[in-house]
This record gives sequence, C-alpha cells and structure tokens, in this order.
Amino acid sequence: MTMNKNSNSYQILYAAIMVLLVGTVLAFVYMALKPKQDENIANDKRRQILSAIHVAAANDGEVKTAYEKYITGDLLVDVEGNVADSAQNVAFDVDMKNNIKATDRKLPVFVATLDDGTKKYVIPVYGAGLWGPIWGYVAVNDDGKTIYGANFSHASETPGLGARITDDPAFPASFEGKTLFKDGEFRCVEVMKRGQKPTNDADYVDALSGATITSRGVSVMMEQCLTHYIAFFKKLQSETLNKDTSHDIEEK
Amino acid sequence: MISKKSKEAFFNPLSKDNPVLVQILGICSTLAVTASLEPAIVMGISVIVVMALSNVIISLIRNTIPTTIRIIVQLVVVAALVICVQQFLVAYDYDVSKQLSVFIGLIITNCILMGRLEAFALNNGPWPSFLDGIGNGLGYTIILVIVAAVRELFGSGSLLGFQVIPQWCYDHGYENNGLMILPPMALITVACIIWVHRARNPELMDN
Repeated sequence: MTMNKNSNSYQILYAAIMVLLVGTVLAFVYMALKPKQDENIANDKRRQILSAIHVAAANDGEVKTAYEKYITGDLLVDVEGNVADSAQNVAFDVDMKNNIKATDRKLPVFVATLDDGTKKYVIPVYGAGLWGPIWGYVAVNDDGKTIYGANFSHASETPGLGARITDDPAFPASFEGKTLFKDGEFRCVEVMKRGQKPTNDADYVDALSGATITSRGVSVMMEQCLTHYIAFFKKLQSETLNKDTSHDIEEK
Repeated sequence: MISKKSKEAFFNPLSKDNPVLVQILGICSTLAVTASLEPAIVMGISVIVVMALSNVIISLIRNTIPTTIRIIVQLVVVAALVICVQQFLVAYDYDVSKQLSVFIGLIITNCILMGRLEAFALNNGPWPSFLDGIGNGLGYTIILVIVAAVRELFGSGSLLGFQVIPQWCYDHGYENNGLMILPPMALITVACIIWVHRARNPELMDN
C-alpha cells in the first residue's frame, strides 16, 4: 500500500467509510427484524393487561387466545365518562408515552369479562420511576371503586430495589381490594412508607423499602392517570347502584 | 488446516489461559447474569458469536486499520455486532432479551473482547483469530454456566427452570438458599472455581 496509513486524510476517509458501512448494515437488520419485534412487544403488552385481571399465560400463543377470550371491549372514553370510540384495538394502539403529554389526551379502557361473567375495567397508567419510565395496568371492579388487580412494569429501575414493582408479586397484589373513592370523592390509593398514612384518609399500600422514589413514582402515576377517569368511574358507580335497586324491586 | 498455533488459540483459553479464571476478565457480567442458567447460556452464546465474528473482521482488515484510531475501529465493529445480536434476541427470544436487558449491550465493553482484538486479531490471520474467538468465548461460557448452575440449583432448587430438588427435601426442612441469588454469591462461586483450578494447575500459582 502506497498510501500513508497515518495521514489525516486516510484516517478520516477510513472512519467515514466504516461508519457508512456499519450504519447501512444496522439499518438493514433493524428493518428486517422490526415486524417480528413489534409483535413481541404487542404480545408483552397483552400479557401485562391479562396479568392485571389475574390471567396467566405461558407462551405467546396462549397470550393471544387468552387476550381474545377475556378482553371483550377496547374503548376510548372522554372526560365526561362517555364512550368516545370503540373501534377495534383503538385502546390497544394508544402509545401512552406520547399520550400523557398530549393536550387532547385519549383515555383508553380495556373491558375484561371474566369466566364468571363479571366485568373488570383495565386502565393503563404511565409515569416516571427513578431511572426511566414506569407503567402499568390497573383493573377496576364494575362497582367503579375498588381495584381488582394491578400489574406494573419498568424500563430501567434498579434490580432488587425499584424493579420489585414488577418482580415482587406481593407489591401489585397489595393494591387488590383498595378503594379509589371515599365518601363519593376521588381519593386515589397511595403508596406510603411503612407507618405513615395519607392525610386525606385515602387507602394506601406499603412502599418498597430501598425504593423510595420508584414507590413515590407509582403513587403519583396512579393519581395522575386515574384522575382523568373520575367521571367514568362515577358512571360505573351509578350504574351498579341502579342495577342493585332494580334488582331489589324485582325481588320484591 | 489446524496447525499447532491454531490448536493453541482454541484450546488454551478453555483452561490454561481461561479469560475468567486466569486473566480475570469479564467478571462484571459473570456476576450479573448468572442467577439462573438460561440467561447465562444465552449470554455465553452471544459472547461467542460476537467474539468470533469481531475477531475475524478485525483480522481481515488489520492491515488497513490506521494505528491511531484502531481502538475506535474495534469498538465500532464490536458495537455493530452487539446491536445485531440484541435485535435478534428482541425478535426471537423476547423474554430472555428482557432479562438480559443492559448486559447484552455491555458486551461492547466486555474486557475479554477488546483484549482478544488487541492481543490476537490485530496480529494474526482470520482462521486462527476465529478459533481464538470461539475458544475464549467458550472459556467464558463454561465458567458462566458452572456458576449459573450452582447458583440456580442452590438458590432456586431448579435447573433451566425445571425443579430438580424434589419436594420431599422441602418437606423435611430443606430450604433454598436466598443468598445464592444475590450478586455476592457469584463472586464467592467464581473464587471457589479459581481455587480448584489453581490447585489442579500448579504452574498458574503465584509464588
């Protein structure tokens, strides 16, 4: 080789060609694998939603069939609590990351019908943990008040500390049966350090020790996301009331 | 085809010159991914693939690389390969890719890789470099698998997710050792392996 390998022009040219080549290869790999990856990510989302209503599925195929079986409705509601859109997958396709910042925020709800016929309303929540985003799915009973189940995920919380919102099944389980309303007012369930109590008489669960900020993040995330659904919850509550009273009349 | 040198390139890193046991490289990921067997195996295979391919590529272009930017060139090659592996995992083994999360990305900074590229691939042809890459990758994987097997067996009572320790042991008061799952136990396990290894190879002992 006649060219001086240590000349500036050679080095710059070498680096430029190398970066171009590598960039092309990576772009190609990304494009080729994207559809398969998207499917995996969607399936993971289905698994998380199912986990909020206590349905566990072993493999991808099972997740799909279980999702189709149990998730019977997929809607957007508006701030007044009315159904705004119920086209297929309209809630599933909402990207929560952009949605929480949007001015015309969409309010997705997944309606789940369990084996015994009861309906649960699964609401996606999204917020900030310590190192990155955290998100989850909260299933609310058809009384519009109590939590049936919850599932939390995170992008990069510390393993063994903040990551326990996902890894420790006891944490999401501690939300079960907690109520979101006290005396007809919205009082979101809070995550409190052991021994502390919320000042507004709201229901609370124990925070994870060593993960103060992640626990706080879960609390804030629930509050901020569920606030938008107050009207929807109230509608559910009045519906159950009506149902109960009409039931009573029938019995009489 | 298989000269003495190639043979050495392949077999030395398995024991006598093992990257983890003797060179004490790549310890960080050994601690991180060995709580159970499956991620350890996937991690090992990923390292073997990246190491063999990057060794071959660097060896092929070794005469064109300007010495002043050779580390950057090595990093770019390794990074590109690692990203490919990561993308493949997300597409074909999503759960494991979630478990391994940052550690696949950290293969880029795995000292074994840079060490082999600098010490071997830059001075040798593609074939011995390929063998060297596979050999070092295997040497690393063997240790990873041993540590992971020990930790999963005593920490969770299972191997590859299958329950190995029978129920009657638990009925008679046996309990999984929670400490095994924690990172410090990986260090202690690696130390024990190094101990046994040194004891059997007196030429490695320090005076």
